[in-house]
Amino acid sequence: MAAPGSSPRDGTPERPGEGVMSPARHPSGEDEEVAAELPAAMMSLGRHHRGEEEEDEEEEEAVTSPACHPSEEEEAAAAVALPAAVTSPGCRRGAEEDVTAAGWRCRRKHVFVLSEAGKPIYSRHGNEEALAATMGVMMALVSFIQSGGNAIRAICSEDRTLVFEQRGPLLLVSVSRTRQTAAQLRRELAFVHEQILSLLTRGGIARVFARRRGYDLRRLLAGAEAVLDRLLSGAAADGRLLLGAARCLPLPAPLRRAVSAALRRAAASAVPAPALAVLAAGGRLVTAARQRALAEGGRLCASDLHLLLNLLGSGAGAGEVWTPVCLPRFNPDGYFYAYAAALGEEEDGGGGDSAVTLILLSTEREGFYAAAGCRRRLEETLRAQGCLGELGAAVRGGAGYGPARAGAPELRHFLYKPLEGPEEMQQLPQFTSPELEEPYASEEEQHRLFDLYHYLHSRVHSPHRPLRLLYHVAEKETLLAWVTSKFELYGCFSPLVTKAGAIGVLTKLLRWLKKEEDWLFIRYPPPYCAAPARPEGAESEG
Amino acid sequence: MGRDLGRHESFNESSLLQSAKPQLPMGMAQKATPGTSLEGIRPTYLYKVVLLGSTSVGKSSLAYRYVKNDFKESLPTVGCSFFTQTLNLEAGTVKFEIWDTAGQEKYHSVCHLYYRGAHAALLVYDITNKETLNRAKLWLRDLEKEFLPDEIVIALVGNKTDLAADREVATEEGEEFARTKGLLFMETSAKSNHHVNDIFMAIVSN
Ligand SMILES: Nc1nc2c(ncn2[C@@H]2O[C@H](COP(=O)(O)OP(=O)(O)O)[C@@H](O)[C@H]2O)c(=O)[nH]1
Ligand SMILES: [Mg+2]
Repeated sequence: MAAPGSSPRDGTPERPGEGVMSPARHPSGEDEEVAAELPAAMMSLGRHHRGEEEEDEEEEEAVTSPACHPSEEEEAAAAVALPAAVTSPGCRRGAEEDVTAAGWRCRRKHVFVLSEAGKPIYSRHGNEEALAATMGVMMALVSFIQSGGNAIRAICSEDRTLVFEQRGPLLLVSVSRTRQTAAQLRRELAFVHEQILSLLTRGGIARVFARRRGYDLRRLLAGAEAVLDRLLSGAAADGRLLLGAARCLPLPAPLRRAVSAALRRAAASAVPAPALAVLAAGGRLVTAARQRALAEGGRLCASDLHLLLNLLGSGAGAGEVWTPVCLPRFNPDGYFYAYAAALGEEEDGGGGDSAVTLILLSTEREGFYAAAGCRRRLEETLRAQGCLGELGAAVRGGAGYGPARAGAPELRHFLYKPLEGPEEMQQLPQFTSPELEEPYASEEEQHRLFDLYHYLHSRVHSPHRPLRLLYHVAEKETLLAWVTSKFELYGCFSPLVTKAGAIGVLTKLLRWLKKEEDWLFIRYPPPYCAAPARPEGAESEG
Repeated sequence: MGRDLGRHESFNESSLLQSAKPQLPMGMAQKATPGTSLEGIRPTYLYKVVLLGSTSVGKSSLAYRYVKNDFKESLPTVGCSFFTQTLNLEAGTVKFEIWDTAGQEKYHSVCHLYYRGAHAALLVYDITNKETLNRAKLWLRDLEKEFLPDEIVIALVGNKTDLAADREVATEEGEEFARTKGLLFMETSAKSNHHVNDIFMAIVSN
């Protein structure tokens, strides 16, 4: 967290001449500058790339030779992105869309998952069955290039970026008209892959395909489309994936402290004790507690937590859930058993969308009743302290905050991720942002805003020329990205703000964030120890 | 209580499953709490029910309707879901423990654990989708492998009667199959709340 007194000067670049992007203000608008670099960025049918550095090279290359548009690739892009004749549009699930319609082609982003044999597994829009032909074309394209000893990674046309990601026996494809870079799209595909792993494990997928190459993986994933849809639609206007951090629910510090302590005690005294206990509301984190082993050994990373919340964090009303779940970053081949239930169901008769969900991860396949007991004890404690009602009221009252809260009218929106703080906080990366209000109330505008955030993020984190400060004047707003060793901050302002003005606003914002950090973030969630032989012994831990 | 039910009840009693099917109180699990209320001792019985059937036939909707008396268009199931509902009867209180499964193969091992000791199974199919009845028949074979005939009450449930226009499975077809296998039978609609309470009543009072 930035020290409140730190002046913006502290945040100015270490290498002045190079770091600060202070684009000369072209009368035609800064977007020009952007446009010149983006579309050509990923025109590469490169060699088989492995590892980070090589990928970086590829980007470097692409940027320095933006002129290459080999016609072959253009054709390939067209063939994939514009499936002209696809038959049988009939489909059953929510994404009921005529894949032959122009609207389908114009989607901002398509994400496809297919098997090595070219069998469709998932499609973000439209029915994957109806898209079998398209997916077949993609697979053929990929194997054709592979047979030449190359791997296809990305194709860029004027208005679309195609990214291919091969993960074990699965091929993931993104066809995007957003401003996300190929690297960002690739990270998103990695998330989709990890969410699939969270349901099936890497070994589980490998086994079914080893037995039968043409296996229809949808048989194992039935019902999971909704989970993947949620992951992707959530990513479209939220900083979670972009910042690799969990979004916290703002809560009064004393309430959060009481709830955290109760959760820790309930978890530590359960036999067997859960490896992880999480409270969330509407996909936002209320608090978490981990067994010491999970806290210290393998880190619980934000992405695993995100996948877990996406899978179980909004399952209100569906009873108490018991399901195997894999945390792919922690161990892609192992299952935990997850318990999820709405807290204090009886209180407000049904919970609804404002329900607080408890998630417990156990290593015991038969741990359901132990987990249910843990939930009951937690409820009793919270009820006795009057926290249950208070928590429910806080969630129902819309626990978010508006951008005006920070007291700077020029500020329209921001994303803030502290990079320092108590050790626990670093282990569980968190970020905060206000609710999206006018002029970002419509989905379209939200997407546009997050396109800009993605662009800024890619620029400040450019592997070749990382920046500490980036001032960007877009068509309808002005943005400022600011990265120091203490925080990462992206602010969005009305278009009239000057650079100095923007820095002034962010400085004010930083002061406010510092003041409110106990309300905004989970600051001290110490881990707990698993219950020893005598459960009372665990109490002293909390 | 449904007309169909009465018929099959009487059938059951005269079927091969004659082994003195116990009536309500004895048929329940062990007494959990011999509570002492004002009226005297009203025992609580635990009654475990598993819902089986293909994806999308309406298992979760039936459980949700029974427990919450509500219907939601979307109730995605991950793994297994557990619901409880208490039913007060003259003879005592019945605490239902309802296990609902996502129906995918991958969850079998986890959910299977909780089938042990089930008192009843609802084999659900969708009357607008013939294939789901065939699947229900396969589930029945699994159950028969695992339970002795007098260990568990099995009911065949044809759900979504509100979609009469799309019906693919005639009432008689389900009924006939249930009869030959000695199952309870009922058609339900979780959406319009048709026979949902009845089917749960039917299995406990069987
Ligand atoms: N019309 C109608 N739809 C139903 C009924 N029961 C469930 N559904 C719908 O069928 C779909 C699948 O239901 P669900 O309960 O999730 O099925 P499950 O997979 O067996 O648990 C959902 O869209 C429900 O809204 C019913 O009785 N009538
Ligand atoms: Mg279900």
